Amino acid sequence: MGKTVLVQPTGTGPVQSTGKKPRGQRIKEFFIDFRRQWELQSMILPGIIFMFIFCYIPIYGLSIAFKNYTVIDTLDSAPWVGLDNFKIIISDKYFWDSVVNTLGISFLKLAVGFVIPIILAIMIYEVSMGRFKKFVQTISYLPHFLSWIVLGGMLITWFSTSGLLNEVLLGLGLISQPQNILLDPSKYWWIATLSDIWKEAGWGTILYLAVMSKIDPTYYEAAKIDGASRLRQIWNITLPNMKMIISLNLILTVSGLLGSNLDQTLVLMNSQNREKAEVINSYVYRMGMTQGDFSYATAVGLGVSIISVILLVTANKVTSKLNDNQSVL
Amino acid sequence: MNLKAAKGDLDSKIFDTINIILLVVFTIIIVVPLWNVVVSSFSSGRALAEGGFIFWPKELSLENYQAVFRDTGIWQAFFISVAKTVIGVITHVFFCAMVGYGLSKKYVRGRKFYVAMGVITMFFSGGMIPTYLLIKSLGLLNTFWVYIIPALLSFYDVIILMNFFRNVPDSLEESAKIDGGGDWRVFLSIFIPLSMPAMATIALFNGVGQWNDFMTTKLYITDQSLYPLQMMLYEIIVQSQTQSMQNIGSVAIQTTTKGVQLATIVVTTLPIVVMYPILQRYFISGMMLGAVKE
Repeated sequence: MGKTVLVQPTGTGPVQSTGKKPRGQRIKEFFIDFRRQWELQSMILPGIIFMFIFCYIPIYGLSIAFKNYTVIDTLDSAPWVGLDNFKIIISDKYFWDSVVNTLGISFLKLAVGFVIPIILAIMIYEVSMGRFKKFVQTISYLPHFLSWIVLGGMLITWFSTSGLLNEVLLGLGLISQPQNILLDPSKYWWIATLSDIWKEAGWGTILYLAVMSKIDPTYYEAAKIDGASRLRQIWNITLPNMKMIISLNLILTVSGLLGSNLDQTLVLMNSQNREKAEVINSYVYRMGMTQGDFSYATAVGLGVSIISVILLVTANKVTSKLNDNQSVL
Repeated sequence: MNLKAAKGDLDSKIFDTINIILLVVFTIIIVVPLWNVVVSSFSSGRALAEGGFIFWPKELSLENYQAVFRDTGIWQAFFISVAKTVIGVITHVFFCAMVGYGLSKKYVRGRKFYVAMGVITMFFSGGMIPTYLLIKSLGLLNTFWVYIIPALLSFYDVIILMNFFRNVPDSLEESAKIDGGGDWRVFLSIFIPLSMPAMATIALFNGVGQWNDFMTTKLYITDQSLYPLQMMLYEIIVQSQTQSMQNIGSVAIQTTTKGVQLATIVVTTLPIVVMYPILQRYFISGMMLGAVKE
């Protein structure tokens, strides 16, 4: 191999070489380049320092999951306890209640909430009137930009005994007495699921619509000549073209099964529905921030994220089998 | 043949009609509840307690808003919300652009290491408690800066901006360098003005995030004078929930809290709704930028 020397036209680039050089010389060159690029390095290094402090120190801080950390300790002075915290988790009834609630809500969201944006996106795509299409899109994206606190406040108003929901149900004759369903634990999973769908279904269509806009229109023209109905065209052209993006979303949803919406839970949970509303995130919050058991709360969070990674890998393997061994990730 | 085509046309018309009806129903499901909140906030306390209206209140009144604005707390909270959104967005976008510009030059020494370090932060984090302990040991609890400093950098946004900078033609940079400008000059006077569309997109999404964020306050702030609107609204909601559940206070007090809650919801959301048309212009470009990162 000959020595190729690339000199950057700007004069700030390094002198790169592909040949093997002694180690000492390579290090020396590195520092010479580094000094010549001090302006660029001075832009990057604050970011690196930031990431070190705000991302890597907390990752190191996960070690308290294996320690018995109390308020008077520092991160390093706390005594190691091995897997003790994890052993307590296994017999913690409240933890398992929160797991059941998290999974229950997640599965409802998966079963109902996953297909709705797909159907909605196809419906919007099929509209030929430009104005109406724009109008539907504008309205459907709006709830995404409301915070969960605002939406929570709205839900409480709609569900109150003199609120919108009771008015509608009374008017339709479906109930005879107004009742506040937020105080009924047996309905909480549905409230969490449906309010999430109401907020995010429209926003969820954006990615699908972007993919659909890239489908070659000649497919549809050919299908029309062959006499294929509109539903047939959706089934045989639109959906197959969305296979990749749908599987990608499915993988992400499955890996997020143990994730839960803390904002939503904190605003909708009350003393009456807590048994059905407490999810893993809010349990970590309660154990750590309210009760001050930092080590235990960290152990719960860490355990759950490890399981989530396993779910992600498994889901990716399964879908890649279904997608003719093409990995989506 | 003609008959078949005509039948196809008819089918297609039926399909369109059903499709449009369903979409209209969908928009009604979104708009009516929102409308109901707005009109309820303009309803008098008495009408609110009785209920019985959906589209127009039985008695119009501004008493809820008068009650909200009489409280000096809401002005303070509004000021905090605006301050943290404006300062947070400007510093976040500038910081991400600066790091992204540095990393957009392929010949930067250590680039591979820097990028690897950044990508790891996109997938792993210490979680709630270790982050809390860090914020506490940095002395950021109960300071305004806890809204700004931990939110300075997001590596997603760095990658988006880095890719954007890369597509700027080299010739622009070269001519500036010939005139004797350093990298900082080139970045500040050429690249920042050129990348306004990308930065505006990031700014808008980051701004909505800052405005809507309440977890930061809930976790790190106990000083009420630092509460933003979202946290104030949260406190009002919790208070009125407990009141109505334990039947504390008379019906009059309960309805006042409810009216105040509704008016605060509207005040908190109004800036988002005002910004919405501008935001919308950036949806598509935002999604395109987002697609690059995947």
